[in-house]
Amino acid sequence: MTRGVWISLAVLIAVAVAAPLIGSSHIDLRRALAGASPDHEILFYARLPRVLLALLAGAALSLTGVLFQCLLRDPLAEPYTLGISSGGSVGAVIGICFGLPFIGLLSLAGAGTALLIVLSIAFEGRRLSSFTLLLAGVTMNSISLAIVLFLHNLASFSQSFAISRWLMGGLDAVEYSTLAWLAAGVIPVCLLVVARPRQWNLLAVGEEWASSRGLSTTAYTVLGYIAGSFLTGIVTSLTGPIGFVGLIVPHALRLKLGADHRMLMPCSFLLGAAFLAVCDTLSRTVIAPTEIPVGVVTALAGGPFFIWLLRSKRRSLWL
Amino acid sequence: MSFRATALSFAYGLRDATFELPSSGFVAIAGPNGAGKSTLLGILAGLRHPYLGECQYRGVEIRRWRRRDFARQIAFLPQSMKLEFPFTAEQVVFMGRAPYADGWFESQADHDAVVRAMTTTDTTAFAGRDFRSLSGGEKQRVILASALAQEPETLLLDEPTTFLDLKHQLAMYKLLSTLAKKMLIVAVTHDLNLALRFSDQVMVMENGRIAAQGPPAEALAPNVIDRVFGVHAELRDGWLVYDA
Repeated sequence: MTRGVWISLAVLIAVAVAAPLIGSSHIDLRRALAGASPDHEILFYARLPRVLLALLAGAALSLTGVLFQCLLRDPLAEPYTLGISSGGSVGAVIGICFGLPFIGLLSLAGAGTALLIVLSIAFEGRRLSSFTLLLAGVTMNSISLAIVLFLHNLASFSQSFAISRWLMGGLDAVEYSTLAWLAAGVIPVCLLVVARPRQWNLLAVGEEWASSRGLSTTAYTVLGYIAGSFLTGIVTSLTGPIGFVGLIVPHALRLKLGADHRMLMPCSFLLGAAFLAVCDTLSRTVIAPTEIPVGVVTALAGGPFFIWLLRSKRRSLWL
Repeated sequence: MSFRATALSFAYGLRDATFELPSSGFVAIAGPNGAGKSTLLGILAGLRHPYLGECQYRGVEIRRWRRRDFARQIAFLPQSMKLEFPFTAEQVVFMGRAPYADGWFESQADHDAVVRAMTTTDTTAFAGRDFRSLSGGEKQRVILASALAQEPETLLLDEPTTFLDLKHQLAMYKLLSTLAKKMLIVAVTHDLNLALRFSDQVMVMENGRIAAQGPPAEALAPNVIDRVFGVHAELRDGWLVYDA
């Protein structure tokens, strides 16, 4: 039963090793390791941090996709469904328009605000209504988009360019210290989620179902939403909203492995990381030296694959 | 004795219910739509709260039970279950082991309980199939197997035969009455004839109150049916016949 996890791990390791070595300019690994310029700088300051960012972001986004699909019992849910990242975008765009520093932190603040708002809307007494949460999230997305469009309309030409770049989402080489902070946030929260597969299995069926099997449903539902929102918020504060990862990886794996979260969650974590790193490598290399935004690659590479899966023999059972 | 309720009320659907239920046997709850049957069953299952008044299971107030311990005593079957994800029938049954589970993998006891539950409900043949691809009758049996895998002392069922054809309705009731020899079965039902034939005790509800409780022939006597349901009924050869 654990074979899928081992295969996923092997794929992840292969991608993590290969991706930094592939790029628009050829590098010699021995020279890079020996510290010779420019191979050393390209490998360790341009490519490796970016690949690590892609791995962390891909893992967090696809795990959050599984989690939100399960909690909302909606196969079309994704990390952005609750409007968390839209809130993040509002924070970032305000920062860009008013020339403020620390755009990433402003995005994080925006994401946190959005989470507080949708959660407080969805609480009915001591119970959290997933249905209300879904609608609150959709509304949050619309309101945030409206604010972003309004500010975009007022922005200067260079600000407008920066806003477009942000909204497109993308991966850049970041400082190792930033990566360390990101990893310190993402990995423990992911482990916290992956370690509770039985609870997610029960909640994926329904709240009464889970409750009559001994689960404190409200506690786990709130834990899940906060964990997933934290992951989405912290990742998008560095990358902007990268689409499709949280939708396609979980669905592809569910077709292959079934719905049991004991398999689905670790594999989504591992292969989500690999998927985004591969997409990023494509975005750097396909029409080098020009880069394609990685969100375009995830959609162009993922979309047709997704449609093929939809059309495959199990399609009648899927959605 | 299993459940004992005193002046039990709920925000909607239930007023001042006082009753006791035995620790084994088949109890049917009947009554018109909106009489409070499902609300009552939900309270017994620990799913509807806060309730007013007292409702104890084995001498302990339901709200005071630890959820996990309660789930080892009481299993609840919803009317139907809609799944969005490709769980197999066997995985659905294994979820019944959640109140006993710790750790990542199933124990031998989990496996044994699941095999027993699936044998009892005759669901072994489609253990590996996607739950969503099963027929209504097969689904209902898998849900029942999942509840039996909890190894409960009490089984609560909300209209278990709503989506079943005639043959499967009878099969379900036969199975329940066999199970009732060793455990308490409480089932909400609209089929008075099945209740009359298979249950040991019937509770008739009307407007959130208990209108009658007792042996089937007494609680479902034609005069009770006339008063509660507003339908004229006669008993012929042990079956209720209604005036259309």
